[in-house]
Amino acid sequence: MATVGEQRITYDARGLAEPHAEAPRTAKVEDGKATFDAHDLSTRQINLELRRLLYEEGITDVTVQNPGAKHSLGVGILTRCKITFDGSLGYFGCGLIDGPEIQINGRVGWSACENMMSGVVVVEGNAGSLTGAALRGGDLVVKGQVGARSGIDQKGGTILVMGDAGSMTGFMMQRGRQILCGNVGPGLGDSMYDGTIYVGGKVKSLGIDCVPGEWTEADTEFVNRKFSIYGLGDPPEFQKFVCGKVLYNYDNLEPAERKLVL
Amino acid sequence: MCGIAGIIYRDGSHDIGRDMTRMLQSMKHRGPDSTGYALYGPPNDGLAIMRYTLADSNTPRDFEFDERLERHQGRVLQRLKAAGADIREHEQETDYAHRVTFSYDGDLKDLTDRIEDIPDAEVLSIGRSLEIIKDLGDADTVCAQYDLDEFGGTHAIGHVRMATESDVDISGAHPYWAYPFKDVAVVHNGQLTNYFQWKRRLERSGHRFQSECDSEIIAVYLAEKMAEGADLEAAMRDSLEELDGVFTYIAVTDDALGVAKDEMAAKPLVLYESDDVVALASEEIAIRAVLDREIDTYDPYEGEVMVWRR
Repeated sequence: MATVGEQRITYDARGLAEPHAEAPRTAKVEDGKATFDAHDLSTRQINLELRRLLYEEGITDVTVQNPGAKHSLGVGILTRCKITFDGSLGYFGCGLIDGPEIQINGRVGWSACENMMSGVVVVEGNAGSLTGAALRGGDLVVKGQVGARSGIDQKGGTILVMGDAGSMTGFMMQRGRQILCGNVGPGLGDSMYDGTIYVGGKVKSLGIDCVPGEWTEADTEFVNRKFSIYGLGDPPEFQKFVCGKVLYNYDNLEPAERKLVL
Repeated sequence: MCGIAGIIYRDGSHDIGRDMTRMLQSMKHRGPDSTGYALYGPPNDGLAIMRYTLADSNTPRDFEFDERLERHQGRVLQRLKAAGADIREHEQETDYAHRVTFSYDGDLKDLTDRIEDIPDAEVLSIGRSLEIIKDLGDADTVCAQYDLDEFGGTHAIGHVRMATESDVDISGAHPYWAYPFKDVAVVHNGQLTNYFQWKRRLERSGHRFQSECDSEIIAVYLAEKMAEGADLEAAMRDSLEELDGVFTYIAVTDDALGVAKDEMAAKPLVLYESDDVVALASEEIAIRAVLDREIDTYDPYEGEVMVWRR
């Protein structure tokens, strides 16, 4: 760390100067709840302030005003807490989180909640492409529309979308569930390994190895429960899609038997 | 990676140079190599405006550099006059970049070819209202260099470039003018995989290309379609079928701005639309740079073409 005048400077991985190495300490705390305005803060400052409040001050309810669609906000929060973003987030928002309950009163850009482990994220507006990429757990609720390849490589958890979804939704999905209330673009569930996709609207086309599945009571219970938890009213009628498991990498062989074949 | 942006006002003239600078500067991280603008000012009493360069900003400055530039600049003006152009105004923006206003009723292709026959000369744009400005560096640098803050007009597109498959120079920077068609320009984020096929086809039709950049194809492709009678939207829809690869591009004419996204939707675009203005960019922060309030935006879907008129 170097010192220039009164401002401490650190360097990021590329060796570029990072002028905001400390939290701005601008939050107001009242009745155990913190609020700060992010309008004039950099991404780094916002995340530092958020972490200071959650980890150093032990506050469990934080509101971030005017996030201004800045990228990478609320990433890597690993504690149970409530965070409200009063406005929109840019790319990679709320990625790698484990535990928080996050309310976004706006839209989110590409790759929201990527690799989310647990917790709840509710987006009031639209979401860009790659929403919930590699999601591993928790619930991601988008009340608007989502872009292409939502839930790509999804490994668990639930993605619930009230509007339409773009092309290649659920591409290479491995586990978990998607509840898509609107229409879905081409290539739904392409090359999915496992998991379940419920679609309320029209499907433009199915991807490779994505096939209609048999509806069960467990599906009804699951969908109703999720709609009830998030106060979304009565669910529409859904079609269910699953993996056909006919691609070359699927067989009924046990690992030991596969070794014999190979 | 690259970043693209566009803005079109439906309620008259605004400071589009300043707006586009703010949009592009906020996306500097998507491409710090070069920055370019296609700005549409008010129709200039029917006069043509030509922007051209006589060297690159990174051309080695040898002992004869200044003398060579002066000589070539003299030849440009001579050839314009010889072609029948009545020159009204000439401005030197940098030591190698120029802007000239003239009246001319002849063949734009012939005129452009005559200018580009001069060593190192490159015509960036010719139009009644289009002006393409591009150079190395970020938006603040290019804006200051070319004094774009005060540029007024109705619509604009811009590009920040992360050079990947061609050199860091002005030729490789976007936007691309649709030589030799006036007032058509394009910015592109992505990669065209049937670039060489289309380049050969268009070259056989008599077109030339300033760069080795695949994006230049789109501008000429669209302009040729429009010359054959298609409107901008129809030409852009054809491109979804005929151009192969991943792309999101913005195309502009003297009165319209359109966006097209390929069927994979692999390149981002965020869109805001109101009665007064339409703004679109690779990232929402670029839109926020000119509309600093909570706005409702969305991503166009795969295979979409949208066109707005001023």
